[in-house]
Amino acid sequence: MTTAAEIAARAERDDIRKRWLLSTPALVIIFLAGIGPLLVVVLYSFLTPGPYGDVKWEFSTDAWVGVFLQRDIFDDTLGIADAHLSIFLRSVRLSFATTILTLLFGFPTAYFIATRPERTQALWLFVITIPFWTNLLIRTFAVQEVIRNEGILNTALIWLGVTSTPIQILYTDWAIGIGMVYVYLPLMVLPLYASMEKLDFRLVEAGYDLYATRFQVLRRIIIPLVKPGIIAGSILVFIPSLGAYVTPRVLGGGKQMMLGNLIELQFGAGRNWPLGAALALTLTVIVTVALLFYVRYAAHSEQRHG
Amino acid sequence: MPANPDRGAIDVRGVSKIFGSGADRVAALDDVSVVICENEFFTLLGPSGCGKTTLLRLIAGFDFPTYGQILLHGQDIAPLPPFKRPVNTVFQSYALFPHMTVAQNIGFGLEMLGKPKDEVTARVDQMLKLVKMEALKNRKTSQISGGQQQRVALARALAPQPKVLLLDEPLSALDYKLRKEMQIELKRLQHETGITFIFVTHDQEEALTMSDRIAVMSQGKILQVGTPWDIYDKPSERFVADFIGETNFLTAKVEPAEGGKANATLSSGKTIAATVAENLVPSGEATIVVRPEHARVVKGEGHLPGVIDNIVYFGTDTNIHVRLDGGGAFIVRQQNTRSAGSGFELGEHVGILIADDAAQVLKD
Amino acid sequence: MARSNFAIKRQPGFATIAIFCFALLYLPIVTLVVYAFNEGNSVAIWQGFSLRWFRQAWNNQQVLEASIRSVQIASVAAVVATIAATMAALATTRTKPYRGLTFKYAFINQPLMIPEIVTAVALLIVFARIKVATGYSGLGYLIAAHTAFCIPFAYLPIRARLESMDLTLETAAADLYATPWKTFTRITLPLLWPGIIAGLMLAFVISLDDVVITEFVKSGGQDTLPTYMLGQLRRVVTPEMNAISTVFLLISILIVTLFFFISRRRT
Repeated sequence: MTTAAEIAARAERDDIRKRWLLSTPALVIIFLAGIGPLLVVVLYSFLTPGPYGDVKWEFSTDAWVGVFLQRDIFDDTLGIADAHLSIFLRSVRLSFATTILTLLFGFPTAYFIATRPERTQALWLFVITIPFWTNLLIRTFAVQEVIRNEGILNTALIWLGVTSTPIQILYTDWAIGIGMVYVYLPLMVLPLYASMEKLDFRLVEAGYDLYATRFQVLRRIIIPLVKPGIIAGSILVFIPSLGAYVTPRVLGGGKQMMLGNLIELQFGAGRNWPLGAALALTLTVIVTVALLFYVRYAAHSEQRHG
Repeated sequence: MPANPDRGAIDVRGVSKIFGSGADRVAALDDVSVVICENEFFTLLGPSGCGKTTLLRLIAGFDFPTYGQILLHGQDIAPLPPFKRPVNTVFQSYALFPHMTVAQNIGFGLEMLGKPKDEVTARVDQMLKLVKMEALKNRKTSQISGGQQQRVALARALAPQPKVLLLDEPLSALDYKLRKEMQIELKRLQHETGITFIFVTHDQEEALTMSDRIAVMSQGKILQVGTPWDIYDKPSERFVADFIGETNFLTAKVEPAEGGKANATLSSGKTIAATVAENLVPSGEATIVVRPEHARVVKGEGHLPGVIDNIVYFGTDTNIHVRLDGGGAFIVRQQNTRSAGSGFELGEHVGILIADDAAQVLKD
Repeated sequence: MARSNFAIKRQPGFATIAIFCFALLYLPIVTLVVYAFNEGNSVAIWQGFSLRWFRQAWNNQQVLEASIRSVQIASVAAVVATIAATMAALATTRTKPYRGLTFKYAFINQPLMIPEIVTAVALLIVFARIKVATGYSGLGYLIAAHTAFCIPFAYLPIRARLESMDLTLETAAADLYATPWKTFTRITLPLLWPGIIAGLMLAFVISLDDVVITEFVKSGGQDTLPTYMLGQLRRVVTPEMNAISTVFLLISILIVTLFFFISRRRT
């Protein structure tokens, strides 16, 4: 006769088997149209480019060398790939600038929402969520319309007499920066709000009770307490900024490239799929490192606060 | 219907439940055996973490025992899943289905048993009447009060006419007055339905008022099983005596006397007659317990001399705290008579008189 | 005279910056919508109210086809993704940790963690080969790609809902003679339903909005509305684009508003 303990053990095994079966469809779909292709990208980065795109099945590390270095056409020596490097630097610079600007604008905004009375808070939150869920392309297009030479910004500036000819903003780094700040601002506000909502304002009261000024309360009490939100928001903005494709394409006009556009170029006019694959993987590695940093920080702060 | 002691409704035999493994191994139940009789209101009483809820869950089938058997009318039910056991539960949180009405909740069990529709309707109406909830039958469960939810939970568990009803601290979420009402209500329901109730609580007063028999549990073991009177007046172990009511512990030299009793010689040299815990032959040094209301403070020596430390008045009674001359403390509870003080003053030298057979010799 | 209380929560300038941010967030969108109704073909100078650009967009065969394609892909992808995500959520919540659980989390959230452009080129590489090998170049590729990146979005609200559900309800059902399957259909599923609907709507919006992956995966003549618009943005833009965007915006906002209410509704 089977004992209750054996039955319990079997029930647990059955439960785990059932759980694997239930997750199978999701895992298979994501493997086929996500992780699997990513592994193929790794393979492609070690092959030789084909003459009309695609690859030849010959092993080569040229693509990886080509990420940062380039072979001189005349004497075959290796030098720094200036074009790649400048795009890398622009991507990192613009992503940092976007992160800092969204933080500067997003922090007071999130604080404003978090300190509203409970009934209106949901409404403000809704107001910030709407742009977040509307199409990124449409939002980018909206920015493009505002800042183009014949757009309402320049029209207004000329009408005000600030300038007599339109200021060229579109198709500059400025345009990409403005666009990314605009597009990613909600990504900063939402996690900031999430941590501010939990803020215990009795601590702020205690700060004032102990002679702190408003600025000191902000710097010594509020900011340290919402630090997890600041980190989360920064990561959430930095990662998509670094991999941005649509915004630089629409607002940079194909001249001011970022990493995403450089990768695309290798699969189009560049006809160097292995290099494109290597660049894509480089981007993935940077993003993964940023994510791991965040996960470790989150785990660490969770440990500290129980 | 009186409890029928000859037939065991639930027979728990050598049940252990072990959680975790290796260094984290915890025995939530440690070789527990107990027989619960048919038609009985049986209470599992103990502090949180004593294993009472674990035992209840094993009987319900939400967990399986690591060792041992659980018999329901002689049949081992330990390997059966909960939906195959003729046992129903009233949950601490009530666990009413929020997407169903009161009537749908009550009818759920019968419906699952595949009973015909008109039978379900009839039985639901009967249950609604039993718990006096006819007027609210079509309400959603979120639209009724806590006390009403409690009644629905009871009706839902009783509707399929289980052999045994399990109640997991069902009154703990109610406020004091409602709790008192429901205690009486539960007794009435048990009486009317004749179903065996197994009731889990940490509230000793609740246990004493409601139960036919009580099992006191601590650290995964059952320490004593008995009627409320047994448990209160004749505790067999220090934990039982301490957990239920207020108690004075004294050390005494004991020797057997006639009729399974004992003579206990106190630190003052005086000897009193004491009862003895079951299966115990008293000899030598032992702990004896005396309930505060079974002793009196007297002017003069009494059985134990001491000095009054504190007098605490609380309405019906007054507690007089006495510091004994031989060391230790003793509390006497005396009933208040109208408009009179305790008759004693702080610092007064008094004696404590212990009634005959008021003392009980413990096992340890 | 009554003295006003000391405002504990106030920080100087914060409200101003916040209002400024809200204004900036909505200025471009509002401008975009307003000029959709412009009589002339400028997106900066107002020349009177007209619906002509909406009419033009409506009569534009390419826009219509792209819209239908977008909805087709989003519908199939959202439904499949939601079913897969519901099953996965049931498999990964309300359990003690078991071997492979963390692996599943990582796997399901993978599409959120990899930059879209990387997934896009990866799919381009693989699907290009499959297209050559099989000769099939239908919408299947787009649907597969969309389903994959919709799964984590559908998974999120369903999992949240499951985790906030009271496990004792299912225990109670089992106690009342419901078999595991009955417990699922009578208790778990009805209570989970709002989460599933929220997940479905989220997945639908995410699929509808996608540009990057679609742009790389689509074969010739498979433009969705966003990729069609991306292509048009290279040319001289007329308010027709504004009109299309306005309708698109309206639909997104409608779905998001519904989502907002459903996910907030309590049982």
